[in-house]
Amino acid sequence: MLDKLFFYLDFPFVRYAIIVGTLISLCSSLLGITLVLKRYSYIGDGLSHVAFGALAIAAVLKVTNNMFIILPVTIAVAILLLCGSKDSRSGIQIKGDAAIAMVSAGALAIGYLLMNIFSSSANVAGDVCTTLFGSMSILTLKPTDVYLCVILSAIVLVTFALFYHKIFAITFDENFTRATGVNVNAFNLLIAIIIAAIIVLAMNLVGALLVSALVVFPALSAMRVFKSFFTVTVAAAVISIVCSLTGIIIAILAGTPVGSTIVAADIVAFFICYTTSFIRCRRA
Amino acid sequence: MFLLKCNKLTLGYNNKDILHSFDYGIHSGEYLCIIGRNGCGKTTFLRGLAGVLRPKSGKIELCDNLRRNQIGYLPQITIAQKDFPASVEEIVLSAFQGKSLLLPFYGKALRKRANECLELTRTENLRKESFRELSGGQKQRVLLARALCAAERLLLLDEPVTGLDPESSQNMYNIIKDLHEYKNMTIVMVTHDIDAARNNSTRILNFNELMQ
Repeated sequence: MLDKLFFYLDFPFVRYAIIVGTLISLCSSLLGITLVLKRYSYIGDGLSHVAFGALAIAAVLKVTNNMFIILPVTIAVAILLLCGSKDSRSGIQIKGDAAIAMVSAGALAIGYLLMNIFSSSANVAGDVCTTLFGSMSILTLKPTDVYLCVILSAIVLVTFALFYHKIFAITFDENFTRATGVNVNAFNLLIAIIIAAIIVLAMNLVGALLVSALVVFPALSAMRVFKSFFTVTVAAAVISIVCSLTGIIIAILAGTPVGSTIVAADIVAFFICYTTSFIRCRRA
Repeated sequence: MFLLKCNKLTLGYNNKDILHSFDYGIHSGEYLCIIGRNGCGKTTFLRGLAGVLRPKSGKIELCDNLRRNQIGYLPQITIAQKDFPASVEEIVLSAFQGKSLLLPFYGKALRKRANECLELTRTENLRKESFRELSGGQKQRVLLARALCAAERLLLLDEPVTGLDPESSQNMYNIIKDLHEYKNMTIVMVTHDIDAARNNSTRILNFNELMQ
């Protein structure tokens, strides 16, 4: 077993997959806490569908690096959904909820339509399945993809560390933070851009349909057990990295699809945390 | 002496004006209660005073050397906050975020001030507790402590006793009264509790009469 693992670790593409997987899961778990606590979990899901639609457009236009289309489109939609309501009295509520459903299903349909009409390969179903569920795309990363991922995650991590307290204040109480004189709109914009970037990155790892699992699960698991924002943040990051590494290694050894194996590991972690909190409640 | 003056203030959301060309002055050191039925613009007015909502026209003038960062605001608690995983200390310290752009750590002076505010609202023993595990009354007192951290002279309170039992409500009123009497804090409170408004306040503003 271990021999097999070390044998695989000799291949650069396996090392790339592990580096990229760790970074993406770290970034997504950090921002996932904010999304979950602001009740915006579904925006993550909607955005990943938008990224899928953008990917189809990029494929039709035959651009050399599809990131140049996917990233701006997803960021634009993220800003629209997350910073849409102007008066901030209630943030996004009923209207926003319907808007997300519309955008996410619409983008998915248009994406599939475009891929079918302008298909360049014989195996459309296979291509679509790969983008939706990630399949093995993480094991076919080129060095440029890895560099891009490392740079983007570094930006995300530095931004998060610098503005950690601001992000906490805005997540907990947007109105109060606005009253203390913080430029909340600017930070919401920043958060929206970062979230879009993370989702586009994460699409490489687990595929468009499973991205929201990567964003939501670690945060929810950590929130079961830990009580302060700081410990929840650290725990979510650790849980996310451990699950992703476990998922990738199992996928390599057992030949299962990478994305769904990672999500399965996240589900297991959630149940462990849930049981822990349940037992603790019983004892108390 | 006026602490704050509204000149022809119009507040509203999107196309709807809620307050129209409103003139009013808040005196230094008073305890003002704002009453009125639901939807008549009490909360909107407070949001305007707190600077959360920008006036559509007219303006809010700060008098008597009052600065924006001397105003503390206690908004109504949201559903999302009720099960928020954060310690009391983290929440109270977050009040200082307006003071600088980058604040990676909170210094000793800020921590000391946060502790003082927790003592004033009788929540100093809850410092390490998780916010979501507190009772309704404790939650409100912690949020009042946060408002105090941001405030030195004026407190804007939006229905601070909503959902609290009589004992917790009375507790909250006593704390607010102490702040008014001993800390010389000017209080503006939105409330539905007319008896408490009569007993505690020095002046009452009735929004029902205003709208007619």
